[in-house]
Amino acid sequence: METSRASPASSASAAQTPTRTPGGAFTFVESLRSAWESLRGRALRSFLSTLGIAIGIVAVTMVVALMQGVQDSTFAEFEGIGGTGLTVTSYTSYEVALANTASRLTPQDYDLVTNHVDGIASMTPVLTAPGQWAEVRNGPQVAPVTLFGTTHTYQEANSAYVGEGRFISFSDDQRRRRVAVLGHEAARLLGLSDGAIGQYIDAGGEWLQVIGVMEPRGIFGPSQDRYVLLPYNTLYAMHGAEADLDIAIRLTIVEGEELDTVRGRIERLLRRAHGIKPGEDDDFMVQSPEELGDVFETIGNVVTAGLVGIVSISLIVGGIGIMNIMLVSVTERTREIGILKAIGATRRQILLQFLTEAIALSLLGGVAGVATSYALCALISALMPNFSVAVPLWAVGLAVGFTTATGIGFGIMPASKAANLHPIEALRYE
Amino acid sequence: MTLIEMHGVSKFFAVGDERVAALRDIDLAIERNEYVAIVGSSGSGKSTLMNIIGCLDQPSQGRYRLNGQDVQSLSENALAGIRNREVGFVFQSFNLLSRATALRNVMQPLVYRGLGFDERRRAAAAALERVGLADRTEHLPNQLSGGQRQRVAIARALVTSPSIMLADEPTGNLDAYSTRQVMGLFDELHGLGQTVVVVTHEADIAAHCGRVVELVDGRVQCARSA
Repeated sequence: METSRASPASSASAAQTPTRTPGGAFTFVESLRSAWESLRGRALRSFLSTLGIAIGIVAVTMVVALMQGVQDSTFAEFEGIGGTGLTVTSYTSYEVALANTASRLTPQDYDLVTNHVDGIASMTPVLTAPGQWAEVRNGPQVAPVTLFGTTHTYQEANSAYVGEGRFISFSDDQRRRRVAVLGHEAARLLGLSDGAIGQYIDAGGEWLQVIGVMEPRGIFGPSQDRYVLLPYNTLYAMHGAEADLDIAIRLTIVEGEELDTVRGRIERLLRRAHGIKPGEDDDFMVQSPEELGDVFETIGNVVTAGLVGIVSISLIVGGIGIMNIMLVSVTERTREIGILKAIGATRRQILLQFLTEAIALSLLGGVAGVATSYALCALISALMPNFSVAVPLWAVGLAVGFTTATGIGFGIMPASKAANLHPIEALRYE
Repeated sequence: MTLIEMHGVSKFFAVGDERVAALRDIDLAIERNEYVAIVGSSGSGKSTLMNIIGCLDQPSQGRYRLNGQDVQSLSENALAGIRNREVGFVFQSFNLLSRATALRNVMQPLVYRGLGFDERRRAAAAALERVGLADRTEHLPNQLSGGQRQRVAIARALVTSPSIMLADEPTGNLDAYSTRQVMGLFDELHGLGQTVVVVTHEADIAAHCGRVVELVDGRVQCARSA
């Protein structure tokens, strides 16, 4: 009978619209809308609670970016040696170290390799003076440095170049000239940042004339540049009487020779020279730059993983911050939740609304963190020209994925707390 | 057509070890387009009865049919749907979303109906106009007077065209002028065919209604026509 009467709210109502069950996409869009309004309404609080996540993401992405940068620079150094090179170094095994001795490659070994191995195009010895540090003086200025003896091929073999003056020449080495090329930091410590060329320095009683200063290397800081390069034969002559000289040899191979063939020749020669019996381990290592690069990469990856693990804790702390703020929010809005339930919100809709809010908070933090990392990388790259850092794309993807997961993981508890509130009790909440 | 049918409805609450009956054996029928007052002193069970009528709560015993549907066995989600479609609540303390404008408050129930934003806004604006607040749509609740807030709440209740409008002490927090306005609005809506149930303890509010159901100690004491 009443059907003939106009619905009281007909002018205003949705009665003519068939009732739809809100679909997933619709509910999602509405959750986003309400999350946005809610976060905007509590802007300061939202900002502060995203800060934890943002800092965590900055920490993780910067660790990854910096480690990647270090690895790339190290790798670039190995690439400088060239694909057809080998490095021969002494190798002190654990057993030998226990006996309180150290394996060495001697100048005699160097001569052996030079004279008896076919297929070598060039050899660069790097002789390290005994003792950890040598004291070098320029008048009253004293600098503890590492002394290396090497030849004119050093620059190409190490991709390290002289910045000022000239490098050690072939004849410097042949004639055992008393000349020195200073590492960048060594020059600074000696007060020879300017006008170093032609000055004399005192290395343990030997006077050396400075002929050049190297470019800064820089990626591991100035301590890497605290060295002085001498001609190989000069340093050998200075320390010839001492027994414990250790040499590293960098060599390149004649075109057409197999790397492994040459390696085999060197290994056989040195094993015989060192009297190593069959079945015993080498007391030296012959490595290709790729192998060295691989070793560094493995170390780098392990270190990166470890660091990421440690700084990930800050992300968990950030997640707890979000959970905390969401719990506060649910308690504060108990009455609001009651109202929403009274006017027809289902459990799922309330859950989704609060979960979306938590995810949005977390994700905003993640995006802010990634943006900050990008800015920091740009800054570092600008300040350190030798060192390029960039946030890898996969780290960005991981950050976004992780923050979403954090939002879900730490938001589900507050959200289900909200969803499970009884409407009557929620409405009564003061 | 009978909108509300209750047979032997009881509601018990556990208070410590004891079971307290808030409602005992209620039989009640409300027809479409009735204007009913539920009266009683505090503690008589009228709020519990209203919660059950509005599907915010379920009876411990007995049968309750709302608009032809048995609701005592429904899941919480299904009850939420029924609240959204069949019931329009008006509370004593208004219960508006304090951070949302009047318009947003009135739009909110339509979210749960799956209506799009523009559709919701159109319907909500019309409902606000219907209660005389067309010029207050962008105000927040705390920028409105008590009477205006209650009219926003009424707009929110009627925007979904509910089969029943349930008002719990709707004038309890209002001055005499606003009370007249709000009750005038209910009278008007009833005149247009809306079923209205008002829970009150004030005789002059009950006097607006066509029928008064009095509760004493959780039982229907008498049902009289005003």
